[in-house]
Parts: sequence; structure tokens; C-alpha cells
Amino acid sequence: MKHNSGKSRQLTRHEREGLQFISLWITGFIILRLFPAVFSFIFSFSDYSLFGGISEWGMMNYEKIAGDITIITSLFTTLEYSFITVPLRLLTAFGVAMLLNRNIKGMAFFRTVFYIPSVLGSSVAVAILWTALFRNDGTANALLSSFGLPEINWLSEKGSAMFVISLLRIWQFGSSMVVFLTALRSVPHDLYEAAEIDGAGKTRQFTSITLPFISPAIFFNLITQLGLAMQEFNAPFVITKGGPRGSTTLISLLIYNSAFQMRDLGLSCALTWVFFIVISVLIAVIFSTQKHWVFYADETEEP
Amino acid sequence: MKRTKTADLILIYSVLTFIGIIMIYPLLWMISATFKTNSEVTSGLSLLIKEPVPDGYLALVNNYGGNINCIKALFNTYVYLVPKVIFTLISSLFTAYGFARYNFPMKKLLFGLLISSMFLPDAVMIIPQFILFSKLGMVDSPLYTALVVPSVFAYDTYFVFLLVQFLKGVPSELDDAARIDGCSSFQILFHIIAPVLKPALVSCAVFQFIWTSNDFMGPLLYVNTPSAYPLQVYIRLAMDAESGFQYNRVLASALLAVIPSLIVFFCSQRSFTDSITSGAVKG
Repeated sequence: MKHNSGKSRQLTRHEREGLQFISLWITGFIILRLFPAVFSFIFSFSDYSLFGGISEWGMMNYEKIAGDITIITSLFTTLEYSFITVPLRLLTAFGVAMLLNRNIKGMAFFRTVFYIPSVLGSSVAVAILWTALFRNDGTANALLSSFGLPEINWLSEKGSAMFVISLLRIWQFGSSMVVFLTALRSVPHDLYEAAEIDGAGKTRQFTSITLPFISPAIFFNLITQLGLAMQEFNAPFVITKGGPRGSTTLISLLIYNSAFQMRDLGLSCALTWVFFIVISVLIAVIFSTQKHWVFYADETEEP
Repeated sequence: MKRTKTADLILIYSVLTFIGIIMIYPLLWMISATFKTNSEVTSGLSLLIKEPVPDGYLALVNNYGGNINCIKALFNTYVYLVPKVIFTLISSLFTAYGFARYNFPMKKLLFGLLISSMFLPDAVMIIPQFILFSKLGMVDSPLYTALVVPSVFAYDTYFVFLLVQFLKGVPSELDDAARIDGCSSFQILFHIIAPVLKPALVSCAVFQFIWTSNDFMGPLLYVNTPSAYPLQVYIRLAMDAESGFQYNRVLASALLAVIPSLIVFFCSQRSFTDSITSGAVKG
């Protein structure tokens, strides 16, 4: 380390105290994030197995990932799942938030009702409920036959199995809705009045006032929901068990299976790193588009 | 807001009611199915219960796959949930206070790391952390150390971020006045700041309670002894354990798993929904 008299000045008491307050988090960051990340990167070049040790080093895990059709398929399935569920969930959340955004009675009640599925989150209990609803003798088929439609083997056909786990995520749009709702409430009212005086129609008001004002909320929802959808584990693990024929094996489930069924920790480390790169690129792309469509009313500094 | 016409009102209410029914039907169906026999559950969509049977609830105390039943599994959940919530509050409050009130070298970089770990999916840390914890002998430990330890180090940085946002609204003159009166920084934090931040701390506790109750991956990896299973892991195994799907039993155990979260949510509804947003929209 360089000892530059200008830089290595003594820390003031104030600075020392601040560092003390955040020291727990820094320690945790190093031990629980940085250290495991470095080691998993090293292990990704080995055949490290769950119970045995390491007998070989090399690129084999990455070669396997590039050459294995089931792994490539799983990555694309995860992207497909995310690109279906995130827009649908956000559109539903936004539409319902628009409906709720008026001063009429009972809005708080509806907001609570719509939020309940989000409280239960992606818990196993909800996944079990979904399994019960979409069994062959379950309620979904009872609904179909009450309309005189043919029954569907929801969990044993590729398309419908994907539909079932996607529907679960969309059903839980409540948390995104609450974010939109608060953003909609924060749009200053006089802007709409001024626009009306200027003769702007409803559509024009929506595109020129509402959308820019809520763009930070759209951005926040997009990033967080994309992250959550990309790592979905419980629904495929409990409801579809990754099937039929691997068609709902999302990447988290594949990472889990390669570690705990195939007992190949090396491969699962490599998969984790590939997943990390994919998700980082996606998030970086969305962040880079931010300046073109997200408008911040007050450019306050970080603390 | 402008006066809305009656016709519009009726339309809005009917759309909202329709969506509300779709949202809530699965849950009501779950509750009603816990009282039904299999043949009644599969006979149609109705929520009405013709002949209520208590079998589903009686089965909650039956042991499946070892010395474990639903009630014991629920108790197991709280053995790690309660310490995890408490540690999360303390460590997040420390970290948030440090970032909100102090200047130190590399603060921008460190805060950037904190924010980016908020956006990074937990899934990328699962296997690396599993390797670490298994090397440290923390897998299947009786006190669920692998599940609790991260919360001691403010691992879920979402809460730090939330508290930093709230602290921005607390005037630092408050700290200065207490400091002049001779309070140490820790005294200021616990006697002045923490009471002011109570609403924010409550919502952190509520979030962590619900997230931890719902968490499945953690217990699945770190708890291997059947008698120590928490509820989330147990109900999944109990679902697969038997041949044949006993609707009332499976759904009664699932209902037991969601009821604590729902109670906590309804008791703290205001601060809960308010703080999701105050953290979010500014971020």
C-alpha cells in the first residue's frame, strides 16, 4: 500500500464514528457476499462435488453450459417467463392503480383486497394453493366445464404449465400497484387544471403529465420485478417440479438441482456466474435507458 | 378531483368488484375447502360448505415423516424468525444512521455497493453462501445459525435503504441538541432517533416478519432434520408424503402458514403500505 502523506491523513473522530456505525454491514458484505463470490468463481473452474472434494480443474463447467441444450433452454425459459410476467404484472398493476386513483368511497378497502395476495408472496403455502386449484380434478377445470369447455391437464402440458406459474406472479400485482398508486397521488393537481385550460385532452394529459411524473415508479417496479421474476424458484419447485419435460425449469431451479440432485457444486457455481452476468447486463441495459424516459422532479443528492 | 358521473361510478365499482372477486376467490376457496371432503371439493366451484368436516384441522397435530407436525413446525419457524427480526432492526438502524448522519472516506462507493446489493437477486448468492456456511459447519445447526447470522450484519440492505430515506426527514438539529446536552452517539441513536423512527422500524419489522415467514429456500438448504423443519418446508413435504391429495389436510396446513402474515399485515396495514412507497418512489 502506498503511503502518501496527503492521503493517509488521520481519520477525524466524526469519520471514525461513522465507520463504526456501518462496520457491521461492511463486515457482512465482505464475509457474506464478497468472499463467497470470489470462492464460487474459483470453484466454477473445478469439479467440486457436494460430498467429495475436487479432482480436476478447468473450463469444463462453462463448456458444458455452452453445449448443453437443457441449460440453454432453461436460460431462455427464464427470460421468457420474465418477459411475459413482468409486463403483464406491471400493466395490470398500473391499470388497477388508475382505477383506484380517485376520491370516491371504498378505495382503501379495494386497495387492501388487491394487496392481500402480495402479502402471501411467493410462499410455499400459496404454491400449494395453486397446485390444488390446477389439479386435474381442481377448481380451474370445474370452472371450464361450467362454461361447457373441455378440461385441460394444466400441469402436464408445456404451455399450460407455464401459464399456471405465470398467472401466480401476475395475481400478486398488489405491491407494484401500491407503488404506482402513490406515484399517481403525487402528481400535482394544478398541472391537470392548467392543461385543461390550455385545451389539452385526456390522452394528451396522460402522456404529457401523468406518464413523466410516474416514470420513476415505472422504473423502480421494472427493475425490482425483473430481479424477482428472474430468480423465481418456489413456483416451479412446488407446483410443476420443473416439468413437464423440463419446460418450466427456471434457472434458479436448475442451479438448485445441479447442486443438490447432481451434487455438482462446481457446475452450479458456474451457472450462478452465468446467471449473474445475464441479470447484470439486463439491469445495466435498463439503467442506461433511464435518462431517456425517467424524469426526476427534484434531483436530490444521495445522503 | 372532479365530480364523477353516476354511470361512471357504477362502472368503476363493478370493474373493481369483479377484479376483487378474482383476487380473493382462491383464498376464500382455500378456507372453504379445509372444511370439505375430497368429493365435495372436486364437485364444483361453490364456496358454500354442505357438510363441514374437521378432518383437515385434526390432521394438523398428526406427525408425518418423523417427530414433526404442523404446530411444532410453526413453533420451529419462530425460533429463528424472532431473533432475525430483532437483529435486522438493530443492524439496519446502525448502518442507516452511519450513512445518513456521518461523512467518511469512500462513502459514495460504499453506499453504491449497498444499493446494488439491494437490486441483485438473492439467487446469485445461494450456492456461494451454502458452500461458506457448510464449511463453517452451520448447516442443520440446532439454533438455525445459517438463517439468523446474515441479519446480524444488515444483510437485507433494503431495510437500510428504507431507514436512510426516513432519516432524511428527521432534522439533524435533534442530534446536535442532544449532543450539546452531553449524550453519546449511541444514546442519541437509541433515545432520540429510534423513537422518532418508530413507524419506519415497525414497517421494517413487519416486512422482515412476512418475508421470513414466506422464505422457503433458506430453510430448505439449511435445515435437514425433520423434527427441526419450519412450517414452509414441512407443508411441502407433507403435501408430497402421502399418495393421493387430501385437500382439506393440505390446505389447512397451508392456511396455518399464511394466517400469521395476514394478521400482522392487517394490524399494521397503514404503516405497511405507506412505507413500501416512501422508500420506492424516491429510489
